[in-house]
Amino acid sequence: MSDSKNFILGVYDDEDVLLHAVSKIRGAGIKIDEVYSPFPVHGLDDELGYKKSKLPIAAFLFGMLGTTLALTMQIWMLGIDWPMIIGGKNFVAIPDFIPVTFELTVLLAAFGMVGTFLVSSDLKPWKDPKLLDIRITDDKHIMAIDLAKNKAVDAAQIGSALKDSGAVEVNDKKVEE
Amino acid sequence: MQVTSPVRKPLITGGKTVHDVTEDICRQVEAKPSKLWLMAFGVSVVTLAIGFLAVAATLWEGIGMWGLNKTVGWAWDITNFVWWVGIGHAGTLISAVLLLFRQKWRMAINRAAEAMTIFAVICAAMFPVLHMGRPWLGAYWALPLPNTFGSLWVNFNSPLLWDVFAISTYFSVSLVFWYLGLVPDFATIRDRATGMRKTIYGALSLGWDGAARTWSRYESVSLILAGLATPLVLSVHTIVSFDFATSVIPGWHTTIFPPYFVAGAIFSGFAMVLTLMLVTRHVFKLQDYITIEHIELMNIVIMVTGSIVGIAYITEFFIAWYSGVPAEQYAFFNRMNGPYWWAYWSMMTCNVISPQLFWSKKIRTSIAATFIISIIVNIGMWFERFVIIVTSLHRDYLPSSWAMFYPTVYDMGVYLFTFGLFFTAFFLFAKFFPVINMAEVKSIVKSSSENSVKKTA
Repeated sequence: MSDSKNFILGVYDDEDVLLHAVSKIRGAGIKIDEVYSPFPVHGLDDELGYKKSKLPIAAFLFGMLGTTLALTMQIWMLGIDWPMIIGGKNFVAIPDFIPVTFELTVLLAAFGMVGTFLVSSDLKPWKDPKLLDIRITDDKHIMAIDLAKNKAVDAAQIGSALKDSGAVEVNDKKVEE
Repeated sequence: MQVTSPVRKPLITGGKTVHDVTEDICRQVEAKPSKLWLMAFGVSVVTLAIGFLAVAATLWEGIGMWGLNKTVGWAWDITNFVWWVGIGHAGTLISAVLLLFRQKWRMAINRAAEAMTIFAVICAAMFPVLHMGRPWLGAYWALPLPNTFGSLWVNFNSPLLWDVFAISTYFSVSLVFWYLGLVPDFATIRDRATGMRKTIYGALSLGWDGAARTWSRYESVSLILAGLATPLVLSVHTIVSFDFATSVIPGWHTTIFPPYFVAGAIFSGFAMVLTLMLVTRHVFKLQDYITIEHIELMNIVIMVTGSIVGIAYITEFFIAWYSGVPAEQYAFFNRMNGPYWWAYWSMMTCNVISPQLFWSKKIRTSIAATFIISIIVNIGMWFERFVIIVTSLHRDYLPSSWAMFYPTVYDMGVYLFTFGLFFTAFFLFAKFFPVINMAEVKSIVKSSSENSVKKTA
């Protein structure tokens, strides 16, 4: 039992039906394991009760790191380590340092945020996605309900709740861990 | 639920379903290469090879192979560099700025436009790299690396160094943005493929499974990347224009350059997107996704940015006269009436007059007219950079140093090389990558396709 999971899958072909279905199923006290979609469905994360992503904070922190590194690098190199007279300008000419500072801020913010996203979503080239239904990446939305997490409700009841919420198909799926 | 106003024209025609989107876009990735594709790809590779001879000669003998002389020390190299960077502005502008403005018509064109951006920036980078003469030492001149050559660090006061940072940041952020968009689509191809293809597209798709949690994060990453890329796009051509604007050469030393260059870049970038998309649309039969509506909207962007460029030309002239500086006045008078008058008037005709034709709805919804004007615009934009660079330099401060610039076959060859590079890369992309962002287009099938617009009307 411990090395396999039993899922009931509700298959939906319309994103608006899916959105209503999510709130109905959750309202009926059934825990949804995850919903899989071929394209982003706006508002689905709210319906599922997911917290807002903290990625913007990661982007901001990486951006600040970029700003700090860029300014420190330029001030240290041209102001402290090897001052050079260039057209009689100040050694530390802050306005001249702004373009490079801006670019490095954007660079670090973008790469840092995308890196954080890839790690937190566990996206990597050697990962096997173990799709519950091959049509997820084509045109069907799949609502997966883990039976082990819904011991209070019996399987037949979950199946009929899915059908009632507008699922075009209800399938059982056993996943070997 | 997304609702689209009935006044909006549908963005997807032909009664497509979500499954049709998968089929239509994956078809060309899965099919054997067509004869037409093989021919076009072959021509690009041959162009690349011929152009490479000029690149090899430049590397072997040095940049003395080019037509530069003591007076005109910058000519085709920088012209081509600025031209390619400008072309590379449409992709990220479409995907980032139009995302922030919630313009859904971007969805059908952003993938190919971003690919074009990446290839155009690579082509642009060829010129400063080759101009270094010994590019294998270039990292020491361009990056702050400790060395024993003399002045220890790079000069952070120089706009040429800002360019290094701007272009490389722009390239890498655009690449990441583009790749992130490709991940869900690679997953779609992976799940339809078998064998070797499944392995390759499987690795490219990073194990994407379409979970709502991942989509939610993915959406916030896209939005922030768009927010970061928007000032980035504007900064890149601003900094390119600083290469000229921070100098003291009459004709270059003007504060109007940053906005004027950015508008020109968007202008030429959209023109190149149209040139390529009209062909791609026809060859891959994507008329239902890239509709006349899309073409018309892009033509309007060309018209607006073209008008900004036109006003900038006139403003430059007025200010040159109004400044009362004889050198400045002469630089502009010489552009118009000097030995390079033909370049100046080609630029004016192509960039100022041709986009004004798009005021006519008939012209901006005509595919043939759009295709021709899109090419004329890019010819004009090449002349713009040539005029700014060469005519400002060729009449030096001393009449004894006055000179003309004549390109050698090597100048032409290096330019040809970048064309070969651009088209080879674009054709490879068009064959092996989904040319339209399937996941995004699928998300508007319900709200913006022909059927839904009819229903709500």
